[in-house]
Amino acid sequence: MKGMKLVLAAMLGGALLFGGTAFANEPIKIGAIFSVTGPAAFLGEPERNTVKMMEEEINKAGGLLGRKIEVVVYDDESDATKAVTAIDRLIKKDRVVAIIGPSTSGNTLAIISKVEEAKIPLVSCASAKKINLPVKKYVFKTAQSDAIFVKKIYQHAKKSGWTKVALLSASDAYGSAGREDLKELAAQFGVTVVADEVFGPKDTDMTAQLTKIKGTAAQAIICWGTNPGPAVIARNRTQLGIKTPLYMSQGVASKKFIELAGKENAEGIFLPAGRLLVEDQIDPKHPQKKVLAGYIRDYEGKFKGGVSAFGGHAFDAMNLLEMAIRNGKSAEPETIRDQIEKIRAFWGAGGEFNLSAADHSGLTEDSMVMVKIVKGDWDLIK
Amino acid sequence: MSSIRETSSAPGLALFAAAIVAAPFLLPDYYQSVLIVAGLFAILSMGLNLLMGYAGQISLGHAAFYGLSAYASGILTTTFHWPVPAGIAAGVVLSGVTAALIGIPTLKLKGHYLAMGTLGFGVIVYIVFNEAVALTAGPSGLTGIPRLSAFGKIFSTDREYYFVVWGTVFLLFVLARNLVRSRMGRALRAIHTSESAASVLGIDVARYKAFVFVLSAVYAGIAGALYAHFVTFISPGSFSFHASTQVVTMVVLGGMASLWGAVAGAVFLTVLPEWLRAIEDYDILVYGAILVLTMRFLPGGLAEGVERVLSALASIFRGKAKASGGEGKKP
Repeated sequence: MKGMKLVLAAMLGGALLFGGTAFANEPIKIGAIFSVTGPAAFLGEPERNTVKMMEEEINKAGGLLGRKIEVVVYDDESDATKAVTAIDRLIKKDRVVAIIGPSTSGNTLAIISKVEEAKIPLVSCASAKKINLPVKKYVFKTAQSDAIFVKKIYQHAKKSGWTKVALLSASDAYGSAGREDLKELAAQFGVTVVADEVFGPKDTDMTAQLTKIKGTAAQAIICWGTNPGPAVIARNRTQLGIKTPLYMSQGVASKKFIELAGKENAEGIFLPAGRLLVEDQIDPKHPQKKVLAGYIRDYEGKFKGGVSAFGGHAFDAMNLLEMAIRNGKSAEPETIRDQIEKIRAFWGAGGEFNLSAADHSGLTEDSMVMVKIVKGDWDLIK
Repeated sequence: MSSIRETSSAPGLALFAAAIVAAPFLLPDYYQSVLIVAGLFAILSMGLNLLMGYAGQISLGHAAFYGLSAYASGILTTTFHWPVPAGIAAGVVLSGVTAALIGIPTLKLKGHYLAMGTLGFGVIVYIVFNEAVALTAGPSGLTGIPRLSAFGKIFSTDREYYFVVWGTVFLLFVLARNLVRSRMGRALRAIHTSESAASVLGIDVARYKAFVFVLSAVYAGIAGALYAHFVTFISPGSFSFHASTQVVTMVVLGGMASLWGAVAGAVFLTVLPEWLRAIEDYDILVYGAILVLTMRFLPGGLAEGVERVLSALASIFRGKAKASGGEGKKP
């Protein structure tokens, strides 16, 4: 116990030592909170990797405004309470000028009041529309709102002549947010919801819900959830011999989904996704091509694979901050905030960002493409 | 056991109060929110310790009472615009009443079955938080909960809130301390040792068990309502089974049947990860190792560790006194 105390004391001492006071040419400190561990680790890990990689790249290229940058990343373990204590540490101890993250909508909502009070700009990597509704002065986000995906799906379904749809959503924050938008926007596209089923995010069998849907007049099934639920649904669907087309959400937009579901079960599934997923298939002249190719090359080179749209949200957040600092020639939180709001026509990993005082997300459904899974790979629908 | 009771005597309490007052001035600013969270967990684990440590009844669903009160107060103050103190009171009452209702059937169960029963209750409440979307806003969480305000004062800074939380910890500590030293406390310990023996001695086992169950739910309720008005956002994730096990860990690590242990366990497990942030990437490994080592060498928890250190010190002093006494006689 005594030895342990010594170790702890040494660590505490170390922590105090490294958190010294500001010097003239001190690095610009940017904070980040990601769910690197816990149930949302599939979001947090690529996000952490991305910002750490970009920190290195920016510093190698000479830093920002002649200063190096330092990204302080804390893991909130997918826990809202931990996000709250981490934000205090970033604001009061590390004294960062801007913050990236958190990874999940819940954790972002939990800390919004803190950043608004401290007047530090926050660029969240989460998607919930509540984050920007109403618009908060210091809060931005780079993940596309669920409504954008919903619109993309409904556009595609309508074009294909499928106007009766069955909803199948996970009973978690992600699933319920999508379900809300799916129901709300249906009428606008002339789509009727004929079934509205829900599954537990950890359920291992969804045949009950699928059998129910099979008995309805649904012409398409729209599933909203993150792995492993949707993978189970894809498997159960082939087991039950259901031929009704199946849409998935962005929540499964990684190769992991195809792996979990199995190639033959994932065959033919549609999903809306950022162009990151099908970078190799987009027109080389497309303004996003260069950005995406660069990000994928750097990420895969450094981490040997695993590039995902989620890391892309952190990539965009970091780029927004970098641009804001360069454009405003200042690393003051207030200037950074004002400058982020002025960014227009920036092509990031998620699409084209056009921010304004009224829109702190800046993406539209044009940032998305529809993708079909063919032979275990993504196929861009032109 | 006797030395624990010695340490919780009046000077111990005075020292505790002094530590509470001094902590925010001695520690850096950013520790305030960590300490607030630690205080909330201290209330939770004190309540659970009364139930688990003293009365020997295991609850694996304590986060449910914590969450019920948080949601009740959150919903009443946000959706129905109740004043915050009224919301908190309603939340605490709801936790207590629910515990009384749940207690009637579940407290007939013993050991593993009681654990299973409370576990099931915790899961059910968690599902209700997720599914009653119209009321709780579902999995995406309830936003816009007001900060604590009472008597025209809004406790908006963390420092003010720290004193509210730790003042509450102190009051509840004194209450629990008086309780365990009373006839009631002895009865609870008797139940812990043997329910049949206790009832032979004339202790109304069912009533005492129900009382302590409700009391520990009330403690959890107070912590939950204070949590809701601190973070101003609640989502079901904070009240899942994981949270229940976290509190059980704090009680066990701190020391069963020790109120000091409950507070120490809560503070230790909340503050430790903050220290470990300095060694990022390895923090989880070290955290786990510390837990394993503590339980391996201090099965009685942190309270036992402190007790051992104290008795070791005492024996050293006694030894010295003897030795010097012996030398004095020689010439």
